[in-house]
Amino acid sequence: MTASNASGSPQLPQPLPLGAGQHPTADQTPVLAFRNVSISFDGPPVLDDITFSVAPGETRILLGPAGVGKSVLLKLCNGLLHPDQGSIQLFGEEIASMPESKLLPLRTRIGMVFQEGALFDSLTVRDNVAYQLIQELVSDDEIDTRVREALTFVGLEETFSSFPSSLSGGMRRRVAIARAFINHPAMLLYDSPTGGLDPVTSTNIIELIVKERDVHHTPSMLVTHRLQDAFMLCTHEFSTEFNCMIPFPNGQTDPRTTFLMLNEGRLVFDGSIHDLIHSDNPVVREFLE
Amino acid sequence: MAIIPIERTAKELVLTIQDYSLFAWRAFMNLFTEPRYWSEYLIQSDIIGVGSTAIVLLSGFFTGGVLALQSAATLSQFGATAVTGQFVGITMIRELGPVLTGIMVAGRNASSMASELGSMVVTEQIDAMRALGVDPMRKLVTPRIFACISMLFFLTIVADAFGIIGGGAVTVFLNHQDGTQYFSKAWESLRYPDIIQGLVKPLFSGYIIASVGCFYGLRTTGGTQGVGRSTIQAVVNSSVLIILVDFLLTRVLLAFFPPL
Repeated sequence: MTASNASGSPQLPQPLPLGAGQHPTADQTPVLAFRNVSISFDGPPVLDDITFSVAPGETRILLGPAGVGKSVLLKLCNGLLHPDQGSIQLFGEEIASMPESKLLPLRTRIGMVFQEGALFDSLTVRDNVAYQLIQELVSDDEIDTRVREALTFVGLEETFSSFPSSLSGGMRRRVAIARAFINHPAMLLYDSPTGGLDPVTSTNIIELIVKERDVHHTPSMLVTHRLQDAFMLCTHEFSTEFNCMIPFPNGQTDPRTTFLMLNEGRLVFDGSIHDLIHSDNPVVREFLE
Repeated sequence: MAIIPIERTAKELVLTIQDYSLFAWRAFMNLFTEPRYWSEYLIQSDIIGVGSTAIVLLSGFFTGGVLALQSAATLSQFGATAVTGQFVGITMIRELGPVLTGIMVAGRNASSMASELGSMVVTEQIDAMRALGVDPMRKLVTPRIFACISMLFFLTIVADAFGIIGGGAVTVFLNHQDGTQYFSKAWESLRYPDIIQGLVKPLFSGYIIASVGCFYGLRTTGGTQGVGRSTIQAVVNSSVLIILVDFLLTRVLLAFFPPL
């Protein structure tokens, strides 16, 4: 596994050189920027003084043990939660204190995959995937076409008329991904997309995320506590030629995929896979080992 | 069982009332701005209105029957069994019809709303809806409130009608009195203020049932156990509120329409 190589092998992955016009640079306006963000719920801060940003085309993997506030941070990204203090800029707009009525249209530009899929169990897969399109009063024919495209993307064309209760956990997660992708979002948020899944299904999900990253270059935030998934995202690319995920040659890594690590509500790491592996931070070392 | 400090309980109570007031106001005002989900309104009207008809019809019928039984026994002591129809008619239309219908519908629908929305909260479906750019207040709460108000109005009429029929059945078949006299007394004694009193109350009860059910559903925390807790709170609080508001409304309406 990639993760065991990272922690046990002396051969370290090397980042690929940046491609022109494709990868983040210092002068690009971030899609998402947190500045000194803190939040608490009737007790000590769940997140304390968090600062980071997501550049166009960048995939940020948020690592950390269970219960450190990773999902809370993700829900702050699209205003599902509001911080107690600090600033959150999304697509250049301050959303930290934005009212719900203004946040709703902004959220239509973001796709979000929830931890357990969060599919509407009273609706069919078609209606779940098309939920946003139905609200936008798109014609039925166009909805059917786009839903079939999205389901083909995640390899679930045959579930078009099924209800979520008849699907396995992995299938539900893939339907949730199709729902997040269907409206071509300007940013994607993944909350533990592989949590609780078997290794084969997890790899399939990671492949879909890599495909979206490499085909559409959509910036994203991905929360996970599974190091092997995070490393696979960084060390693999999607080949349109073979229509599958393949490892980068010579142990290279994707420079657009970088890491954040949370511990006890604070950001303890922000950098590339190379920096992560070489980090002296005892929390990072403990997590990696 | 832990003893909760009085101060904390009082603060929680005040906070809950404040949250409920804001919630109920926002849900009501949503009707006057876009987007409106009319299809949701029709679906909820079917669930609340058509779905509750059987229990409202039966409870109305047997309540009218019991009223006729009890009143005839008392009225016979004064030789006034002839006014059984008047007694049952006015009692059903002014008081028991609206209140009983409210409580029956609260038991059936406030619980269903709280558990349905509560389950959606704990499975992150509400967050998913918000993440997809849809306001759950507009999509889920406002249609339920207006469906409940409009359906309770008609359900109360059904309960009133079947209550009077139930009383008539008891009068004729058990008390062996004249049915024509029963129904003509019930009809003659009825005034418009009685009908207005009886039909204003379900408008308030419907608002209470749906807003309390949705409020506790959307406040659910703590997984499936929390869903159960929300359901209990929704039924208990909506039932108590219906009776409390009924008392206040009766006081106000009697001031406007004093008895002859």
